[in-house]
Amino acid sequence: MSLIVFDTVSKTYGRGASMVTALDGISFTIQSGEFVGIMGESGAGKSTLLSVMGAMNTPSNGRYLVEDMDVYALRQEQQADFRREFLGFVFQTFHLVPYLSVKENVMLPLITLKISNQLKEEMTMEALQWVGLETKANRLPNQLSGGECERVAVARAIVNNPPILLADEPTGNLDSRNSDEVMALLGRLNAGGTTVVMVTHSAACAAHAQRIITLSDGRLRHGNNALGMAAAVKAA
Amino acid sequence: MGIKDIAIKNLLRRKSKAAFILAGLVIGVATVVGVISFADTMTRDINHKLEKYGANILIVPRTNNLALTYGGMTLGGVSFEMEPIRHSQLARITTIKNAANLAAVGPITLGAVDFNGRAALLAGVDFDAAEILKPWWNRNGPAPTRNELQVGSEAAKLLGIDRGDQLVINGRTMVVSAILAPTGSQDDQLLFTTLSTAQAVLEKPDQVSMVEVAALCNACPVNEMVAQISEILPNAKVMAIQQVVKGRMETLAQFRKFSYGLSVVVVFIGGLVVLVTLMGSVRERTVEIGIFRAIGFRKGHIVRMIFIESGLISVMAGAVGYLAGIGAIWTGLRLFGSHGAVVVQLDPLLAAGAIAMALVIGLLASAYPAIMAARLDPNQALKTI
Repeated sequence: MSLIVFDTVSKTYGRGASMVTALDGISFTIQSGEFVGIMGESGAGKSTLLSVMGAMNTPSNGRYLVEDMDVYALRQEQQADFRREFLGFVFQTFHLVPYLSVKENVMLPLITLKISNQLKEEMTMEALQWVGLETKANRLPNQLSGGECERVAVARAIVNNPPILLADEPTGNLDSRNSDEVMALLGRLNAGGTTVVMVTHSAACAAHAQRIITLSDGRLRHGNNALGMAAAVKAA
Repeated sequence: MGIKDIAIKNLLRRKSKAAFILAGLVIGVATVVGVISFADTMTRDINHKLEKYGANILIVPRTNNLALTYGGMTLGGVSFEMEPIRHSQLARITTIKNAANLAAVGPITLGAVDFNGRAALLAGVDFDAAEILKPWWNRNGPAPTRNELQVGSEAAKLLGIDRGDQLVINGRTMVVSAILAPTGSQDDQLLFTTLSTAQAVLEKPDQVSMVEVAALCNACPVNEMVAQISEILPNAKVMAIQQVVKGRMETLAQFRKFSYGLSVVVVFIGGLVVLVTLMGSVRERTVEIGIFRAIGFRKGHIVRMIFIESGLISVMAGAVGYLAGIGAIWTGLRLFGSHGAVVVQLDPLLAAGAIAMALVIGLLASAYPAIMAARLDPNQALKTI
């Protein structure tokens, strides 16, 4: 059974003459434990694809299944629960809450869970240790470097051990050294069994992926390992 | 850490916005507390003054005669040909159940006298009781003793009487000890002497024409005391002076209505301040709310967070507003009111009401911003930079 199934998913915006098709009948599957890169030129629909996968953007047509569950058949509040239980997000611009400390930012996905404060604390410190920032737990985001902020974002994404990690240009704002560090983290996560889906423009980052999905004008161009990787690197 | 902690940290981070919301609610609460306290304080003060000074119960003999007025008050069956009340009976008044509420009992013996061929009205009064019953009396000499007179201003002018003059009233020589300053009432036309002197001059031993009673009725209805006195004086007619009671109540009622109306407007404006400020705050926090929703916060969690923020500020505003309202009234009365005579009381019930009112207004005003925040599309929110 595939972990993720995209079944002829389309997404359009607007109506009539002003209608824009962001995704046009996309179909693919992702197995559990895969590391998949999503590439394409600007406006190809990469971010839209990721937002649909993130249960934050209802498709106009088609189905999005995770573990055989039709995500968009769920009610909105159930979709929020789905995001909390199944997904971890790493955003390009980190999106850390500026007035919460590093530890508090990482703990955010656990706040609404009915578990003890001690367990929340343990899970948070474990995630921080995993990304090597346990000594900066009480710092505020504006006291960290870009690379450290992205590592905090990764820690927040994995604190509740989600089976799927969605990363939108995780190295987009980082230098090469920090990019390598973040990609190493994602690689370690994937090696541990987490399914990673990463949108990227970077060929170097895409090289970490086992498979590349290439989009162009909202349509799928390449979806399997070798062919997809080579074509995607060439396009970039 | 919980949602409450996020709410508190956000308030601490946006202190100026929190202070603005606090100020809006404090002004509203302080206004309501202020006008209620002022009305209560004035009520107590007016009750104290009106009940301590001036009669509010009248005892007259039972009569079928037509009503006459004395001092603008309806007296009932008062005439000069009535069966008088016995002076010796009046001691029974101090035996009623609410005797402790009696401030003064002032018997009056009335009668027509002849002065140099002219008729005048002589009133025998208890001048000690008159200190309480008629505090507006202002005389230019001592209160009369036996065989002495106090003359009303108009009577003195008409009859050509001065202080120190000796008058022969019904064959008795009496000295004018004082002239009363104008009172604007019928007292200006009367001659006053002691009760015993009047009873002797008018040949009405142990007779009283009417009795004025000042009752302290803040804690008990006047009508109860009227009933108690009626029971022990069956040959008398006992009445509450309704005009005084009604006038006092109507004035205060009008003031209260105006005050409450003003308070509603101010409170409404305070609520609007909360609403507008929170809406601005929600717009500023679009990305932050998008993050919360993206990582799995339900709409209810977002609403709860906004409500906790406004609730905390509202409770604080209620407490501060209560103190500010009381403080403003205390200061105002010290500066503009009766010097030291008026006391503003701290009322725990009013304090609790102020906090509850602030909480209700704060939560109501934050309902729309909270719903707006919860409805933010996380996908759109995270695109906002």
